[in-house]
Amino acid sequence: MTEQSKIQITASRRRFLQGAGAASVGLVVGFHWAPRHAMAQKAAAGEPKLINAFIRIAPDNTVTVLSKHLEMGQGTYTGLATIVAEELDADWKQMRTEGAPADVKLYANLAFGMQGTGGSTAMANSWDQLRKAGATARAMLVQAAAEEWKVPAREITVSKGVVSHASGKKASFGQLAAKAAAITPPADAPLKDPAKFTLIGKDVPRLDARAKSNGTAQYTIDVKLPGQLTALLQRAPLFGATVKSFDASKAKAVPGVVDVVQVSNGVAVVAKNFWAAKLGREALDIQWDDSKAEKRSTDEVMAEYKELAKKPGLPARKEGDVDAAFAKAAKVIEASYDFPYLAHAPMEPLDCVVKLDADKVEIWAGDQFQTVDQGNAAHVLGFKPEQVKINTLYAGGSFGRRATMQSDYIVEGVEIAKAMGAKGNSAPVRLVWTREDDIQGGRYRPMYHHVLKAGVDDKGEIIAWQHRIVGQSIMAGTAFEQFMVKDGIDATSVEGAANLPYAIPNMSVELHTTKVGVPVLWWRSVGSTHTAFATEVFLDEIANATSQDPVALRRKLLAKHPRHLGVLNLAAEKAGWGKPLPAGKVRGIAVHESFASFVAEVAEVALQADGTWKVEKIVAAVDCGTPINPNIIRAQVESGIGYGLSATIKPGISLAKGGAVEQSNFHDYEVLRIHEMPKVEVHIVPSKEKPTGIGEPGTPPVAPAVANALMSGTKVVFRALPLPATASKSA
Amino acid sequence: MAIKFTLNGKPTSLDVDPDMPLLWAVRDEIGLTGSKFGCGAAQCGACTMHVDGEPVRSCSTPLSAIEGQKVTTIEGLGGKVAKAVQDAWIKHEVAQCGYCQSGQIMSAVALLNDNKKPSDAEIDEAMQGNICRCATYVRIRAAIHDAAKTVRA
Repeated sequence: MTEQSKIQITASRRRFLQGAGAASVGLVVGFHWAPRHAMAQKAAAGEPKLINAFIRIAPDNTVTVLSKHLEMGQGTYTGLATIVAEELDADWKQMRTEGAPADVKLYANLAFGMQGTGGSTAMANSWDQLRKAGATARAMLVQAAAEEWKVPAREITVSKGVVSHASGKKASFGQLAAKAAAITPPADAPLKDPAKFTLIGKDVPRLDARAKSNGTAQYTIDVKLPGQLTALLQRAPLFGATVKSFDASKAKAVPGVVDVVQVSNGVAVVAKNFWAAKLGREALDIQWDDSKAEKRSTDEVMAEYKELAKKPGLPARKEGDVDAAFAKAAKVIEASYDFPYLAHAPMEPLDCVVKLDADKVEIWAGDQFQTVDQGNAAHVLGFKPEQVKINTLYAGGSFGRRATMQSDYIVEGVEIAKAMGAKGNSAPVRLVWTREDDIQGGRYRPMYHHVLKAGVDDKGEIIAWQHRIVGQSIMAGTAFEQFMVKDGIDATSVEGAANLPYAIPNMSVELHTTKVGVPVLWWRSVGSTHTAFATEVFLDEIANATSQDPVALRRKLLAKHPRHLGVLNLAAEKAGWGKPLPAGKVRGIAVHESFASFVAEVAEVALQADGTWKVEKIVAAVDCGTPINPNIIRAQVESGIGYGLSATIKPGISLAKGGAVEQSNFHDYEVLRIHEMPKVEVHIVPSKEKPTGIGEPGTPPVAPAVANALMSGTKVVFRALPLPATASKSA
Repeated sequence: MAIKFTLNGKPTSLDVDPDMPLLWAVRDEIGLTGSKFGCGAAQCGACTMHVDGEPVRSCSTPLSAIEGQKVTTIEGLGGKVAKAVQDAWIKHEVAQCGYCQSGQIMSAVALLNDNKKPSDAEIDEAMQGNICRCATYVRIRAAIHDAAKTVRA
C-alpha cells in the first residue's frame, strides 16, 4: 500500500490503541436538524424530535437510536438500542435504530477519534456514552411531564415507555417528545443501578430479524434513485499496473451502455443496468502498463520471508535475557508456521451509490469508516467534508473489508460520478464489484511466516521464548501509520504475540516488515488471525515435548491472568477435558485474548483411519465483560468460529509466477459451507466489567484448537494454514 | 421479442436481452430486490428463486430459459411452509448481516416442500449450495428443524 490517504485523523495513538474510556467526549445535546427520515414522517401529527444526538422520538411513540456504528451483522443496532432503552426505561417494542449521518463531531468512535466501526469497539466505546444519552433523555422526558402536570419531577416514574404520576396521569414518550426536546439537558442525570437492568443481560430480540427474513432489509445494492446508472470498473490484472491505453468502441456499442470513463483504478463502463455494464466491461480493450506491478508469486515471496526469518527482526517485546536462557536450556524446540493471503469475501460485494451535484455529493454505502470516506470523497471533488453526505445502510458483511484508509470503493464511485459529470451526465451512479473483482481485488489479510523457538529447563519449565514474525504492515503508508506504527513495529502485525500472557521469564518478539505490492488489510481479528495459531500450536508442541497436559500447562503459565484462566477452565470443564473420548475422536484447546475479550475453545474432531477428519463440535467460553445480549454474543461466537474455521480448512489467495491472483470466485476461493459447520456450544462468563468486543474474538482460537486436536490424535504437527484435508497418522 | 413468465403470481412480460440473467431482470428491470447478487456463477445461492417450484440460481439462469414458467421470489413467498420457515428464521435469529438469507430461505422452503422431516444430513445436502459468510449455519439447521415441526403439526 503506497497511496497516502488525504485525510486528517485527529486520534492520538493512545486513544486508538486503548479504545473506549481513554477519551471522553461530552454528549452533544440540543442538536437540531431535520434528518431524511423525519421528512418522510411529517404527515404524522408533529415532527419526530431529536432529544439528543443519539435519540429521536416520534409522535407515533417510536424511539430511534442513531447508530454511529455500522450494522454488518454483528448485532450492533440491537445492542446500542438496548443500552439506550435500558436507561430510558423504554419498551423494547418501541425501539428502532438507523445509521447516523457522517459527522465526526457528534459520532466519533471514541476509540478511534473518528467515525468508524472496527476493532470490536462498538459496545465498548458506546457504553458510557449511550447510557448517559439515555439517562439524560429520560430526565428530560420526566421534566417535561413534571412541567405539564405541575408536579415535582421526583414523583414521576417511568416504566416500559410510560411516564406516570401517582395522581393517575400518564403519558407516552411520543406525547412528551416535543416538550422534552426544548428542555435544557441536565448535566448529571443519574445512571441506572446495574442491579436494576431489565434489558441488558437479556436475550432482547434483534431489531433487524424480520426485515432480514423477508427480503425487505435495504442494502446498498438495493438503492435505486431516479435515473440511476450502474458502473462496473475494470481494474488492473496485476497489483500496481495502470492503464496505458484503451479502446472503448466495442463496449460503447453494447446496448444499454451509456459511457466509458477512465478513473484512477481503471476503466469504468457505465450502463443502464448491471447486465449491460457487465457485457460492456467484457468488451473493453485495455492495454496495461505493468512496469511497476508486483510480479512475484506468493511462493517466491514466501521463500524470501523464510530467508528473512533467519535474521533478527525489530524488537516488539524484549524481557530478560533470551540468549543466556537458550544457552542454558536443557532442550530447545523450534517450529515455523505459514499463513496465506486471505480475501474477506463478504456476501454483498463492495458497492456504493453516488449522487453528485455542483456543490454537494450524497453517498449510500454500508459505510464502515465515515470520517475517512467523507474526507477521501471530498478530496476527489475539491469539496469540504461537510459537503459529503453519507447514508449508512446495512452492510452485507464486511469482516474488515469496508473499512479502508484509502476508501477504495467509495473513491472509485465518486471518481466515476465526477468523470460522468464532466461529460455532462449528472445521473446517480451505482458502482458494483463482482465477486471476481472482490476475490482478485486485494486488500487481503497479509501472508505471514512465523518462527518460534522455546528453551525448556530440565524440569520442563519454559525459560526462553523467541518469536519472529515476517509479513507486510497493514498500517504502513496509511494515515494511521503515525499512531499505529512505532519504532518500525506495526501494532497490528504483532498483536496477540507481543502481549502473550504466558509467564515466561525471557521473551523476545521480533518483526520483519516486508514490502510487497499486494494491498493488505485487517481481516476479522486482524493480527490474532495468525498470532493465535502460531503461539497456541507452539505451546501444544512444547506440552508434547515435555509430556505435559495442554490445559495444565496453560493453567500454570496463566496463574496471574484470571480472565484467561476463567475461560480456559470453563471451556475445559464444559468440554469434559480429561475425560476419555470415543474411539476416533480427538480434542484440542486454544485460548486467546483479542480486543480486550477472552475466548477459549475446545475442538472435538472425528479422525478416520484413512486420515480424513471433520470438526464435529466446538465448545467455547467467552469473557467479554458485562454481557449486553447473550444471544447475540453466542451468535457472534458461532459466526467467528465459522469464519475462522473457513480459513482453517480452505486454501487462501495465491499469486502465480508473474503476479496474477489465481482465484476468482467461490469455486476456487472456497469458503465454509453448511455441511462443514460443527455444532457450537458457547458459555459466557458472568461479569460486571465494562463490555468489550465480541464481533471478532471468537475467530482466533478455532484454527489452533483444531490443529491441536489433530496433533493429539496423529502426533503430527500441522504448521501451516489451511490444514491438510488428510492428517497422516504416520508416527 | 418480449419474454413472458409469471412472477409471484402476476403475468409478466419483459423486452430485454434474453441472455440477461433472471436475477438482474427481476432486480434492475422489475425492481424486486430481495433476491441478492453474491457471485454471478451459481456458487453461493444468494440469488435463489423458485422456478416452477424448484430452487434455481437466478444469477446464472438466462431470462429466455424461463419463458412461460412460474417464478417465485422471496417477495412472493406464501403458504404454510414459507410462513413456518420465515417465523423460525425470526425466532432463532438466524440472520446476521442477512444478505444471503433470502436465498437460504428459498432453499429451505423448497426442501420442506419436498421433505417434511429432513435429517441433519438432508439439510446439509439441500443447503450446501447456499453460502453464509457469517456462518449462521448452526441456526439455519435449528430453524429448519423447527419449521419442519410446525409444518407437520
